[in-house]
Amino acid sequence: MSRIIEGLLYSESHEWVKVEGDLAIIGVSDFAQAEMGDITYVDLPSEGDEVQAGEEFGALESVKASSELYSPVSGTVEAVNDELESAPEKVNEDAYGAWIIKVKMSDTSELDSLMNAAAYSEIAG
Amino acid sequence: MGTFAYFPHTEEDIKVMLERIGVSSMDELYADVPSEFIHRGEYDLPAAKSEDEVRAWFEALASRNVKLTVFAGGGAYDHYTPSVIPYITSRSEFLTAYTPYQCEISQGTLRYIFEWQTLICSLTGLDVANASMYDGPTAAAEAMRMCVACTRKRNTVIASSALLPNVLATLRTYARYSGINLVETWDIAEAVSEGTLDLAGVVVPSINRFGIIENHTGLASLVHEMGGLLVEYCDPSALAVVKTPAEWGADIAVGDGQTLGIPLSYGGPYVGFMACRSEWMRKLPGRIVGQTSDAEGRRSFVLTLQAREQHIRREKATSNICSNESLMALWCTVYLSVMGPEGLRKVNSLSYQGAHYLHDRLLATGKFSDPFEGRPFLKEFALQPLCDVAKLQQALLDKGFFGALGTEEGYVTFCVTERRTREEIDALVKTIEEAEL
Amino acid sequence: MRYYDKLVFELSRPGRSAYSLPAEPAGESGFAPVGPVWRETPLDLPELSEPDVVRHYTNLSQMNFGVDTGFYPLGSCTMKYNPKINEELVSLFNGVHPLQPESSTEGVRAVYDFMDKALAEITGMKHFTFLPCAGAHGELTGLMLIREYHMSRGDTARTKIIVPDSAHGTNPASAAVCGLEVVVVKSRPDGLVDVEDLKPLLGPDIAGIMMTNPNTLGLFERDIKEIASLVHECGGLLYYDGANMNPLLGVVRPGDMGFDVMHLNLHKTFSTPHGGGGPGSGPVGVAERLVPFLHKPKVSGFHGNFGVIVRACAYILSLGRENIKLAGKLSTLAANYIKESLKDSYKLPIESVCKHEFVFDGLAEHGEVTTLDVAKRLLDYGFHAPTIYFPLLFHQALMIEPTETESLQTLDAFIDVMHKIAREAADDPELLKTAPHNTPIGRPDETVAARQPILKYSKQ
Repeated sequence: MSRIIEGLLYSESHEWVKVEGDLAIIGVSDFAQAEMGDITYVDLPSEGDEVQAGEEFGALESVKASSELYSPVSGTVEAVNDELESAPEKVNEDAYGAWIIKVKMSDTSELDSLMNAAAYSEIAG
Repeated sequence: MGTFAYFPHTEEDIKVMLERIGVSSMDELYADVPSEFIHRGEYDLPAAKSEDEVRAWFEALASRNVKLTVFAGGGAYDHYTPSVIPYITSRSEFLTAYTPYQCEISQGTLRYIFEWQTLICSLTGLDVANASMYDGPTAAAEAMRMCVACTRKRNTVIASSALLPNVLATLRTYARYSGINLVETWDIAEAVSEGTLDLAGVVVPSINRFGIIENHTGLASLVHEMGGLLVEYCDPSALAVVKTPAEWGADIAVGDGQTLGIPLSYGGPYVGFMACRSEWMRKLPGRIVGQTSDAEGRRSFVLTLQAREQHIRREKATSNICSNESLMALWCTVYLSVMGPEGLRKVNSLSYQGAHYLHDRLLATGKFSDPFEGRPFLKEFALQPLCDVAKLQQALLDKGFFGALGTEEGYVTFCVTERRTREEIDALVKTIEEAEL
Repeated sequence: MRYYDKLVFELSRPGRSAYSLPAEPAGESGFAPVGPVWRETPLDLPELSEPDVVRHYTNLSQMNFGVDTGFYPLGSCTMKYNPKINEELVSLFNGVHPLQPESSTEGVRAVYDFMDKALAEITGMKHFTFLPCAGAHGELTGLMLIREYHMSRGDTARTKIIVPDSAHGTNPASAAVCGLEVVVVKSRPDGLVDVEDLKPLLGPDIAGIMMTNPNTLGLFERDIKEIASLVHECGGLLYYDGANMNPLLGVVRPGDMGFDVMHLNLHKTFSTPHGGGGPGSGPVGVAERLVPFLHKPKVSGFHGNFGVIVRACAYILSLGRENIKLAGKLSTLAANYIKESLKDSYKLPIESVCKHEFVFDGLAEHGEVTTLDVAKRLLDYGFHAPTIYFPLLFHQALMIEPTETESLQTLDAFIDVMHKIAREAADDPELLKTAPHNTPIGRPDETVAARQPILKYSKQ
């Protein structure tokens, strides 16, 4: 049973979003990290990159798999979690602590299409 | 059943197998194939040959090739092959294995690839190397694609017109279909500084198609200022003595391992190599071997960083390469182990001295001028013929020499390796002196 | 097999040498070049004597398993026996320079001409190019030819290629390198391409479809005739991935099924050794209407992997028109025999006659034991493992391809061991989870290898 945290928003591709004003803090859910197994590398974008809702911004890699990361919102990458470059296992250890990027949102109404914890638990039980 | 050495099945065996399956004939196993597609007639192929007949067939063909003393390069060089190499590479444990998917019974393959990666890093001065590419030209094409992948959304690659013709042709092919804007130029520095906003990379030869060792001082910083990567195409044997890609500041080095003791063999199999700075490691194409340990702490080797590859990432892979040229990488690895630093230096020294001797003697015949006077070269050089090129080439062929390779620019190139004796060089010069051209 | 822990660098002693070169010419100035273009960094290569070199690589080889060591049922790789006469012939051509004039290479050209005719006859294609150095390289070349064909007709909108979800990973990867967008067509529950799913994908933007037939489940695509006519009607071409040609060798010709372009893996179907991962050779054949484009894409340095082509040529001469008619059939016989013998112990997801290979979806009663565990346990019994976790259609895929060169005794020994492993999985799962036990190393830590890559040797 994977952990799902109240108060976050979730995408169908298993990213979570924590909203702070017009800033979206994005990571992957506990379900996603468990499916991947031991994560060996997080392919990160650069600060200043533009991202589009539903489009790829990076990838998670394990020994035998790769999984693209999709941005739940559009905007500009304000910060990336550089720590994951040398310590990708942080995503396995604490999926909700290990944020991946922070995006300054260009359209906060995109958040409306994301799921709350209850809805997400339907697909990631 | 007739007898055929590679099919072990007796009539009785086949019967047993058919019974277990529950069919009455092998044809029944093809009942799902529309019957119009079953090829019922005889194949228009020769009748089966015995081993002796096969050998005789090939010996007859081989005798129709004219044995020539090679004074030509152009991307394939007649270097010496230590006899140890074919002895080792023909060991069935290496020869008849495949890609080391089951690492516990493939430590032999994995270890030599790890050694090969280390040796390529030693020669090029760069940080990481992959397990091999098909050949030098395809490695260059992969490097061109890698420049685009590393610089995200940039799409122009500038290639030096002085690269070997077969390297340029392969770059053009790959660029054409993958939609890369490939710009060829004789003046790299000018083309780069003129500026293009989407410069992904620049591909230059360490030793160019005229045999000249190019001076790339300042090039890397110029390319980097414009946001691109620098790729050096090199001869790995020559890297023992000429400035390395790392010394020039390059990001990626590629080339053909043929000069590391692989016979000419009409062009293949050879082996491409590829190395890069560690920051681009995850964009390298192809297999990569890494070191780790098993549960008991024994040093072990595995295929690693596989998430880049086609079997995992499919259309998003860094390349489509799957099979590479592993056995030829072993070939080169054994070569470098045999030669060591002193042997490889001596190969270059002998080649250099032979080539410079021939160069001077050819100029003295009065039948050539030197279009690149004073430019440094190693084993290959270009001259401007002051005579009819076709006649020159034929005169050499008539005496059993292959040399005076024509270039698109109207020059002819000669190459001397450590295998060419002074007697052979003198005989070549004498042929040219005496020929009416 | 015995664990041997040396790397060549660790055997090095300064001053040793194993090379044998002529003396430097006397009385000349020697080689001491100066100037900006010469290497400054010292060259770090190992220094060994010849006996050291031979012993080191012999020791390495003894940690390796090849076709000559034992049964190697690696699915989709066609690990058939590699005839020894073929090896001996290659050196006849060692001294031929690839740029020599044709007048001096008649013998070499004759090998290519023979192979062009023979492969055309065997496949029903018109002509072949031999430049591609491997199967994936052949795919890429074939797709380039498809693009050339459409472009020559001004049909520039065809930028998409259809690839079944069961395809080898190289198919979509080659398409991407060739600048084509991949459209996936689904498989039906019976494992074959879903024609109904295919129909709506076809249109004026489709360059063609890449098919593997039999597919990666070892199943013959029975609807190939309808698929061919649908794709052709929409203006697309059919590409045949020759990775699975072996069961059709001497039985069915891809050209007759409507394929326009194909590659062969000489290192699979035509018996050339796999060399620890290569060199291979991936000649590409085309139907008549694509011949004008055949030699346009210059995809490799010279003339392809000639040495591999020589070996394949020798194999065809040995087979001859008589034995070729049995090659494919015997490979199909062997695969079906194993499948029928093991389907009680292993889960057969699709009950059907297979061709040269088939796929189990793990153990019938697996509990905690995975396909990986089964594969590792097989190593203990002296067999190479099948291909595992491919195709992706099944979670515990175990893909078995025996080839036609294995005797009934070998197949039976493998079957016995597979049954035994199934019993072990029930009785003592830990034995499998910790396998292999009799190999030079146990399961290495691949996660560490990928997280902190060590990709070259460094002196302590």
